[in-house]
Amino acid sequence: MIPAPFAYRRAGSVDEALSLLAEHGDEAKVLAGGHSLLPLMKLRLAVPEVVVDVGRLQDLSYVRDEGDAIAVGALTRHRDLETSDLLAREAPLLSHAAGFVGDPQVRHRGTLGGSLVHGDPASDLPAVVLAMGGTLVARGPRGSREIPAADFFQSLFETAMEPDELLTEVRIPKPQSRGWGFEKFNQRAIDWATVGVAVSGDQRPAIALVNMGGTPLRATAAEQALADGGSVADAAALAADGTEPPSDLSASADYRRHLARVLVRRAVEDARGRA
Amino acid sequence: MQVTIRVNGNNTTHEIEDRLLLVHYLRDVLGLTGTNIGCDTTSCGACTVHLNGESVKSCTMLAAQADGAEVTTIEGLAGSDEMHPMQRAFRENHGLQCGFCTPGMVMAAVGLLREQANPTEEQVRSGLEGNLCRCTGYHNIVQAVLAAAKEGGAR
Ligand SMILES: Cc1cc2nc3c(=O)[nH]c(=O)nc-3n(C[C@H](O)[C@H](O)[C@H](O)COP(=O)(O)OP(=O)(O)OC[C@H]3O[C@@H](n4cnc5c(N)ncnc54)[C@H](O)[C@@H]3O)c2cc1C
Ligand code: FES
Ligand code: FES
Repeated sequence: MIPAPFAYRRAGSVDEALSLLAEHGDEAKVLAGGHSLLPLMKLRLAVPEVVVDVGRLQDLSYVRDEGDAIAVGALTRHRDLETSDLLAREAPLLSHAAGFVGDPQVRHRGTLGGSLVHGDPASDLPAVVLAMGGTLVARGPRGSREIPAADFFQSLFETAMEPDELLTEVRIPKPQSRGWGFEKFNQRAIDWATVGVAVSGDQRPAIALVNMGGTPLRATAAEQALADGGSVADAAALAADGTEPPSDLSASADYRRHLARVLVRRAVEDARGRA
Repeated sequence: MQVTIRVNGNNTTHEIEDRLLLVHYLRDVLGLTGTNIGCDTTSCGACTVHLNGESVKSCTMLAAQADGAEVTTIEGLAGSDEMHPMQRAFRENHGLQCGFCTPGMVMAAVGLLREQANPTEEQVRSGLEGNLCRCTGYHNIVQAVLAAAKEGGAR
């Protein structure tokens, strides 16, 4: 399988990337690690006329301590998240979950920014960033803007990004409590989650669901039950409330609801065990 | 466009189509057919090569993305006529049957040992999760990687 013809442009700086995007508008696609975009281009589900390769922008690959938050560059690869000592210390949910994305080869190429902008509700890191209350920083011709994760994911493969913007950074507030949990249920090791759960916090945790609808979702009913002092079992029973999970080859919607209830219970128990 | 990619220690420079995939650059432009194409959908790992020392699936990279980089394929792994310790371990432990997955499996395994010199069996199994084998049932592949770890397979 070969992508349809396109013109390849390599950006040497963020400014150059932005001016290439401004010049080519809707015809252009940003290429980061290429592990979502290239498979789509090979299937001709994406046929950009211009591909703007930002993969060499090393200054967008970092994990930094900024006091009350951790700043992660959009071009930081899954592998670098997985092996970051700073994340392991300050935001272990993110580094742990990054180690479950795809397989080692995928993690050597795929980036945090690509995972978020791609907007696939079956991806792990969007739910993690949502649970952690992250903020995404986008740069465009009109300057920089900050978008809370809760507003970023809009519908299936749709995010708040404009075509002429580049995601530059993800800011993760340092968790207030030590607990966290992550559960990913899949049939084969390299598969996307049939259902996944990211839990940040322990007594009143934020709970985000993978692949339970068109975007990553907060399990608000379960969160509220825990905040009101309910038992983990009672709260987990509400995990699928308000969701509209898909039915596909790996699972029916009903089975996904069942998985969400089981996985939320496990992930919250783990979070409390770590607290 | 023109790319210069250092492949197995030699600089190669070619005029290519922008959309050329790295695996096709290796196989069709350079004639290095040791790197196989199995699934063509990033699932099987048969096309695994090293990019600047790390395992990657060459069916899911543009040759243009490797411009200026260092690529090692199965042909360049040993660096001489002798086999690399990982290749030897695959042979001695019967880590292959038809051999189709083997180049990618060996490259992924060497990449794994570079990141984790003394893995447990469990770590070998998860470290090779991006590579599929239709023949062996994996048992002997895992034994081969564990044996290679003892013989300096990370080289
Ligand atoms: C075999 C396989 C298994 C996988 N398994 C999983 C899994 O289990 N869980 C999971 O979460 N993911 C999985 N993935 C997806 C993987 O995480 C991708 O790496 C990721 O989704 C995309 O990151 P990328 O850097 O490769 O982005 P690209 O493919 O380069 O880009 C993806 C999209 O984001 C846009 N984009 C990228 N970066 C930016 C930026 N900085 N600013 C603006 N737009 C940008 C691109 O234009 C494109 O639309 C898998 C992928 C493969 C091939
Ligand atoms: S051919 Fe590249 S992963 Fe299967
Ligand atoms: S030996 Fe035949 S596919 Fe692995």
